[in-house]
Amino acid sequence: MGPVLAGVLQLLALIGALALAYIPLGSYMAKVYSSDKHWRVEKWIYKGIGADPDTEMRWTAYLRGVLAFSAVGVLFLYLLQRAQGVLPGSLGFASIDPDQAFNTAVSFVTNTNWQSYYGEQAMGHVVQTAGLAVQNFVSAAVGIAVAVALVRGFARSRTGELGNFWADLVRGVVRILVPGAFVAALVLVACGALQNFSGIHEVGQFMGGSQQWNGGAVASQEAIKELGTNGGGYFNANSAHPFENPTPFTNLFEIFLILVIPFALTRTFGIMVGSVKQGYAILATMASIWVGFVALMMWTEFAHHGPAFDLAGGAYEGKEVRFGVGASSIFATSTTLTSTGAVDSFHSSFTGLGGGITMLGMMLGEIAPGGTGSGLYGMLIMAVIAVFIAGLMVGRTPEYLGKKIGAREIKLAACYILVTPALVLVFTAIAMALPTPGHSMTNSGAHGFSEILYAYTSASNNNGSAFAGLNADTLWFNSTLGLCMLFGRFLPMVFVLALAGSLAEQKPVPETAGTLRTEKPLFTGLLVGAILIITGLTYFPALALGPLAEGLAS
Amino acid sequence: MTTDVTKSDETQSDETQSDVKKQDSMSTSTLAPHQDAPTGHKPPEGRVGAGLFDPKQLLKSLPDAVRKLDPRVMVKSPVMFVVLVGSVLTTVFSFKDPGDWFGWTISAWLWLTVIFANLAEAVAEGRGKAQADTLRKAKTDTVARKADGTVVAGTELKIGDLVVCEAGDIIPGDGDVVEGVASVDESAITGESAPVIRESGGDRSAVTGGTKVLSDRIVIKITTKPGETFIDRMINLVEGAARQKTPNEIALNILLASLTIVFLLAVATLPPLADYAGTHLTMVVLVALLVCLIPTTIGALLSAIGIAGMDRLVQRNVLAMSGRAVEAAGDVSTLLLDKTGTITLGNRQAAEFVPVRGTTDAEVADAAQLSSLADETPEGRSVVVLAKEKYGLRERELRGAEWIAFTAQTRMSGVDVDGRKIRKGAAGSVIAWVAERGGEVAEDARELTDRIAGAGGTPLLVAVEDDRGARVLGVIHLKDVVKDGMRERFEELRRMGIKTVMITGDNPLTAKAIADEAGVDDFLAEATPEDKMALIKREQAGGKLVAMTGDGTNDAPALAQADVGVAMNTGTSAAKEAGNMVDLDSNPTKLIEIVEIGKQLLITRGALTTFSIANDVAKYFAIIPALFAAVYPGLDKLNVMGLNSPDSAILSAVIFNALIIIALVPLSLKGVQYRPVSADRLLRRNLTIYGLGGLIAPFIGIKLIDLLISLIPGIG
Repeated sequence: MGPVLAGVLQLLALIGALALAYIPLGSYMAKVYSSDKHWRVEKWIYKGIGADPDTEMRWTAYLRGVLAFSAVGVLFLYLLQRAQGVLPGSLGFASIDPDQAFNTAVSFVTNTNWQSYYGEQAMGHVVQTAGLAVQNFVSAAVGIAVAVALVRGFARSRTGELGNFWADLVRGVVRILVPGAFVAALVLVACGALQNFSGIHEVGQFMGGSQQWNGGAVASQEAIKELGTNGGGYFNANSAHPFENPTPFTNLFEIFLILVIPFALTRTFGIMVGSVKQGYAILATMASIWVGFVALMMWTEFAHHGPAFDLAGGAYEGKEVRFGVGASSIFATSTTLTSTGAVDSFHSSFTGLGGGITMLGMMLGEIAPGGTGSGLYGMLIMAVIAVFIAGLMVGRTPEYLGKKIGAREIKLAACYILVTPALVLVFTAIAMALPTPGHSMTNSGAHGFSEILYAYTSASNNNGSAFAGLNADTLWFNSTLGLCMLFGRFLPMVFVLALAGSLAEQKPVPETAGTLRTEKPLFTGLLVGAILIITGLTYFPALALGPLAEGLAS
Repeated sequence: MTTDVTKSDETQSDETQSDVKKQDSMSTSTLAPHQDAPTGHKPPEGRVGAGLFDPKQLLKSLPDAVRKLDPRVMVKSPVMFVVLVGSVLTTVFSFKDPGDWFGWTISAWLWLTVIFANLAEAVAEGRGKAQADTLRKAKTDTVARKADGTVVAGTELKIGDLVVCEAGDIIPGDGDVVEGVASVDESAITGESAPVIRESGGDRSAVTGGTKVLSDRIVIKITTKPGETFIDRMINLVEGAARQKTPNEIALNILLASLTIVFLLAVATLPPLADYAGTHLTMVVLVALLVCLIPTTIGALLSAIGIAGMDRLVQRNVLAMSGRAVEAAGDVSTLLLDKTGTITLGNRQAAEFVPVRGTTDAEVADAAQLSSLADETPEGRSVVVLAKEKYGLRERELRGAEWIAFTAQTRMSGVDVDGRKIRKGAAGSVIAWVAERGGEVAEDARELTDRIAGAGGTPLLVAVEDDRGARVLGVIHLKDVVKDGMRERFEELRRMGIKTVMITGDNPLTAKAIADEAGVDDFLAEATPEDKMALIKREQAGGKLVAMTGDGTNDAPALAQADVGVAMNTGTSAAKEAGNMVDLDSNPTKLIEIVEIGKQLLITRGALTTFSIANDVAKYFAIIPALFAAVYPGLDKLNVMGLNSPDSAILSAVIFNALIIIALVPLSLKGVQYRPVSADRLLRRNLTIYGLGGLIAPFIGIKLIDLLISLIPGIG
């Protein structure tokens, strides 16, 4: 069996598995966020944090909850890292420097998981497990909560109420992420991933010399790292490390974990707005972009010519031989089209165009299928914009899911789509204009520029993957990337929740034959086109100077 | 002058008072039959037609376009303001390097881009100005004779003043007739020369300042302050002076502004990136790239589209008091239509001759025709017409015939000729007449009349007394005649997702019969103003937008409540004040056209926005290789159009960007063609033309311009 066929078969198996999980998981999540019963463990938590899970919140209250909870998270994680040197169970690692601690704290709270440190050389068991792993769960749950609030905005009428943030947060963790990650961790352990609290081992190498290994609660962190689209690896090599991702099967399983919640949320959305077809339309939009990108990626990685490529049967540089070009292409595309950022291969070693595809995936706003929750709300924002333009073309004030898209709604959606391009382009340009940041580049020319463009794209879109090569542990990059992550996560959330509040206050517009049918393939096509043209074209000049210049050179 | 108001009582025996009133109002519009002979051009039936566009207007509006370069005016359109700033920048930089032909050419085309945009708006406004001038002529200084004998200038009238107007006077201000009746020439406003009757009380009391009394004397109570009169508002409206951005236009402007910011960011952050790559981008090139990327096409044409949309209404003699109302018209999902005059012709007509047992329909037709030859009511005439069309009975000259006219007492009419007495009329009266003469009443006569009444028609019995004695011959079936093409119209509306509700004073049985025949979705029978109001509120509670027409004072609350309330110009001032549109032709069917115009306005905006955004793809493919292929030769592969040189590529993109604005001015004024089909088909069609077309057209256009430029010696 050739490597191309193997890649395609793995892709088909993955699609099959995602299709099987779609309906049960999507329906289950809809039930989770619609139920009015509390589990006993949830009641304890509510009592513990002093929250009343039954009060309805307006968008401002909901936002306050999101921001307050996240601020506490950043502070706690920062202090934990700063105190690592004096904490037990830290494998003797020192406290983290202030700039890196800030960067890492923001990174994990914003579901980005950008890592400017080497996991196995900097973070002990306590920080990894009590700090980073906890944020892996709650940051993902915050994302889903905000998405659910937006969905309620579409589903509800004549009320400003969007549900209760604390209930949504706790339920996301207790009922979805913990059980899901538990099962996933068992599978990973069964397949050979590491799960212990062992110390540092000195291991002799085959070619002589020695190497230090340490153990840890790797499988459990790996599970939530993928399931919550976090992406922060226990080890620096991330999912390319055999302790994190031992076999081709676990590799495919991890891709499945990355994609399963973001895709299934479209069904949750469909059920909650009372039309599963609307959910299918959003699913179709996400899926066509994702499949298109995977196909494009496989094509560039397999078809790239040159003596070395031809001999190896594809662009093997920077890819694990265990997984092959096909599976690595699927992983790279999936991790950048979601907010995951885990890697099982090195994106900087992909062909020029392949590297460009990973960047474009993030630049689209990570909406196909995107991060847990953030993918859905990002896509719904694009749908609002597309509906506005298309709705005019059918001769009515545009409406989506029975809600009118007027000046206020467009203003909020427009602000949303302005945030990340502004962060990416402005910070990239400043970094290129200043004399020092460029010293972090390992390469020169277009590839060197790609390293910096990739870093700001990844941080602003809360992806977290890196175009390996950039030395990001500098005061400049730790600070600016930290700010990108912070603004790139929470400014959009402000606009999303404000939009949700505005939609929830409206009265519904009944559907007639004159209404734009947003569940039809035509609209899906339009939405794909709008995403590619509006967000894609913003970055065309920058992409031309990086990956395109490199990819088209030969 | 109101001949057709006198109608045979038998035909209205089952109608309520309100329906009679509707027919009254119709009779007024018969005086000014605009629906058949509109002023100016007439759009094809059921379609929103094209406005006129004359290329000469472009030249004529050029001074206005240059005048609009004032930054204080330009800033209202964020997209074009950016282009203006860009033009200034490139010009300044060209002065620094005067030998650079490229900089000068780009600057020139950028200025042209701005001027073309202003030109579009100026042309749109210019068309309104011509109409405003005509109106101003009507608004010459008038002198008002007050009822107390004093004479004041028309501009000094106050609300509540009573003024007297006699034949030949120009009415000094808007008001209601409180005393007398007069014929008034309203051609200054409606463009229709046939005079109309205005009289105190009732629904025809409103007079408009600037119109002329032709006969008699009336006393008018002024209801509007000078400067705010109907004619003043009309002038403001057609000139665009009162134009405010509509909600939808505001939303679109926000989207365009944010796209402008996105592309501004993309371009402004480019210089350090280019410097790193080893090439320096000049200000001229950066501005050129920016102008090509921001949505200039729609930004330039947006306000022209709005003005032209209002103008299309004015051309159809409809005055919208706000642009908001025009937009709302596109969103309407329920139309309330009055039966009489809108759905049916004003009068009932003979549809069928039904014989009783033992006679033939030809006999009935013969008798019915004889009895109606001298009957000048519309019903009587329709009997003669039916007899001729269906039975070939020609009108005949009757010698020595004695015509029996209709009276309210007998409720019959007929003729005595050649020893035959023929009568037609309401069932009860005719049966009594036959019985009186000892004749027999066929046993199925009752059954026939009941059946016709049950089907919503009006039965007229025909009886004869001759040498065979008195007897009932048969029944004339009179019915409301649904206007031609209404069924198709409603079918179209249904496809557009609009529900039609027929409003009538008829009983539910009759109403249902007509509703079924006309194909409306629903009907409101025995409707009172309160019923109407309740219906509107019910629809609105469900999130629907409602449109209706009305003319009477009792329509005013409903007109105010409806999202689109079209008042008839013949109506009362209360109705005109309550509605947000006035139809000068007083043609209620026009509501459908108004909806189409509203939709067309939105579609034109959406289509040009899509076109504008889709254009960007080709422009990138022109400019990016031109900028960077020198340092990264691989990028020349993006030069898919095979453009001649970097300079000519950038120039071609800028020129295309400017020319496309001028090329689309006619479309923005005429509006995108609109057909009443489902949203799905509309979207498919417009997406193909303006989305796909917008993607492809610039590739071709830029290539062609590049070819032309390469022919110029010394370039390329």
